[in-house]
Amino acid sequence: MKRKYIQGIGFSGLFLCMFSTLFFLGLIIYFITVRGAGVISWDFLTQAPRSGMTQGGVAPAIIGTLYITLGAILFSLPLGLACAIYLCEYSPKGFIVNIIRMSINNLAGVPSVVFGLFGLAVFVKLFGFGISILSGSLTLGILALPLIISSAQEALLAVPQSIREASLSLGATKWETIKRIVLPAALPGILTGVILSIGRVAGETAPILFTAAAFYMRGYPKSIFSEVMALPYHIYALMTEGIHPEQQRAIAYGCSLILLFIVLFISGIAIFIRQRQRAEYG
Amino acid sequence: MDKNIKMKAQDINFFYGKHQALKNVNIDIYANQVTALIGPSGCGKSTFIRLFNRMNELIPHTTLKGTVSLDDTDINAPSIDPVQIRRRVGMVFQKPNPFPKSIFENISYGLKVNGIKDPDFIEEKVVKSLKRAALWEEAKDRLNDSAFKLSGGQQQRLCIARCLAVESEVILFDEPCASLDPVSTAKIEELILELKKDYTIVIVTHNMQQAARVADYTGFFLLGELIEFGKTQDIFTAPKDKRTEAYITGRFG
Amino acid sequence: MERHFDAELKDLNNDILKIGTLAQEAIYKSIESLKDRDKDRAKTVIEDDKKIDELELVIDEKCLDLIARHQPMAKDLRFITTGMKLNNELERIADIAVDIAQRVFELADKPLLKPLVDIPRLTTIAQDMVKTAIDAFIKGDIELARRVLLADPEADKLRNSIQKELVEEYMVKDGSASPRAVQLLLIARFLERICDHATNIAEDIIYMVKAQVVRHHPERLKG
Repeated sequence: MKRKYIQGIGFSGLFLCMFSTLFFLGLIIYFITVRGAGVISWDFLTQAPRSGMTQGGVAPAIIGTLYITLGAILFSLPLGLACAIYLCEYSPKGFIVNIIRMSINNLAGVPSVVFGLFGLAVFVKLFGFGISILSGSLTLGILALPLIISSAQEALLAVPQSIREASLSLGATKWETIKRIVLPAALPGILTGVILSIGRVAGETAPILFTAAAFYMRGYPKSIFSEVMALPYHIYALMTEGIHPEQQRAIAYGCSLILLFIVLFISGIAIFIRQRQRAEYG
Repeated sequence: MDKNIKMKAQDINFFYGKHQALKNVNIDIYANQVTALIGPSGCGKSTFIRLFNRMNELIPHTTLKGTVSLDDTDINAPSIDPVQIRRRVGMVFQKPNPFPKSIFENISYGLKVNGIKDPDFIEEKVVKSLKRAALWEEAKDRLNDSAFKLSGGQQQRLCIARCLAVESEVILFDEPCASLDPVSTAKIEELILELKKDYTIVIVTHNMQQAARVADYTGFFLLGELIEFGKTQDIFTAPKDKRTEAYITGRFG
Repeated sequence: MERHFDAELKDLNNDILKIGTLAQEAIYKSIESLKDRDKDRAKTVIEDDKKIDELELVIDEKCLDLIARHQPMAKDLRFITTGMKLNNELERIADIAVDIAQRVFELADKPLLKPLVDIPRLTTIAQDMVKTAIDAFIKGDIELARRVLLADPEADKLRNSIQKELVEEYMVKDGSASPRAVQLLLIARFLERICDHATNIAEDIIYMVKAQVVRHHPERLKG
């Protein structure tokens, strides 16, 4: 009887935790929606800002975020995937692999503002790319790298050894096995990792602070070497540098809502893919 | 012996790191015969069979001393490509391991990695292999379905069809029926007896009655050594070594 | 650790010994009834044979059962199949004892044809061969089995000489003696057949112990 009582307390405690998590998420969504929904309109999403950021839309920022995010993924995906393949399939197990894994984990722990400074020093100044989409993408790419490597590794390790053996025993080389069997099987997992990285990267502010973002640009970026507006930075800028706080605050919340929506939407896709994968392969 | 020797293992000593798993094993595998390897768990028979298609190389820190030959050629010679050996010596594993692809693609995979591109030829081969593996009737209407939709016994026959498609000369079976029900087991044993007309077969099994039913020759392994090897009927009616007799009469342990 | 299977094998072993003992007793009783011209004793031999027949069926079924359920191998397999054969041989020996006992009814009321010398000798040989064969089975002793096989030629010779004597001395010379002579002839043949069955048993035992087939291949005995 007493054990049942204790179990009841335990379950209640767990339920409380779950509930509070949902509660905070709900609270965030509520606040931002309430304050930002009023600004959202078709014009808001498709037009450039006017009149000192008090009217018009935030389209350039949306576009900018898209460009930088895409660039980051284009850089980090091939590199991260190759790294994961090497670590999982080719490297001799043991000391070296553990060192590499530890380094990757440490990289993931670097604060994002440090990434920003790194990007500034190396890409903007040293390589001379200046404040640009390129610098921003590369910086964010490095930030995304550990995420992609981890999820790719996990996906590759989840592929059962038995089908690798089956492929090799039919006379396939190791690379053929990876290319034709392992990668396709790991694809859903890798994809999930990529999508989650996108979500993360899209919302980062500090790394693009010094490397890519501009508060205001006339028109849209012409090349990868040009500066760009971005949603996270736009929110920051509106709240700290704006001249017309009341209207700009509302716009900032509107941007937050858009950003939130993008991130949640992308997470949703990742979850959906994962569910489907689980259903098919059990 | 008038029979041809298809594969030979001579003076095999095999090590996992420092631990010796096989001691001075010598076996002749005769062409178009079924050779069974029996013995208690951990006696080295699975390790041994994997020498025939160089699958043990994939495990780190292993050492092989001695010669394994296919048609009188040393398969471990530096000039030999293991990939080629594995095409000629196929393997069916303990747990069926079809690729996460369709039934058709599972079989065509082996052909594609061996450079065959002609789609008509591939289709013909797939059909032929499925027929030979006694799976055609059950699979012909769902070639594009996922291989995982097949039952365990059917999946195992699919794995056999895979080997048949690449035209291995030798097929190694590593406890192929361990995870199957008796009806599927019987079908696979029947298949093995059929296949031996065209292939050389080596089967590892912990089920003695299975060895008695399908094998022409049987080898008894114990603690990494080959204790006795001979015609199946001799081994099972009048074994020469007391340890063999103790094992096959079930008085082991 | 004795397994259930070993207990069942022991059980089978005892059953075979039992039928062997019954067969030996049947021979003994039938010969005694002949010597003493005891019709009642002869009758008991004939009636007791039913028990032996039943036992044969029981043993046969036990053997089949063991094979079906346990899939025995090697020496267990040889033991069980030899057991089946011994079972049949011993039952037939018992049947021959019945045949001998039935001669009593033909001969009891008539005077003895001649003092019996050779027939008792043949009887002793036959009984010895059967006993030694069963001993060989109990002990798994090949030497004893060989002894049985080596004794057979003498039994054949003895039967032939009995036959010759009965035909030439009695049937040809004195027609009225024929009916009795024929009975004695039959008895000699019966006894010789018992010897043959004993040799079959001995050959089966050699196979059981050594996995060597010597039936129809006497030259292999040397090995």
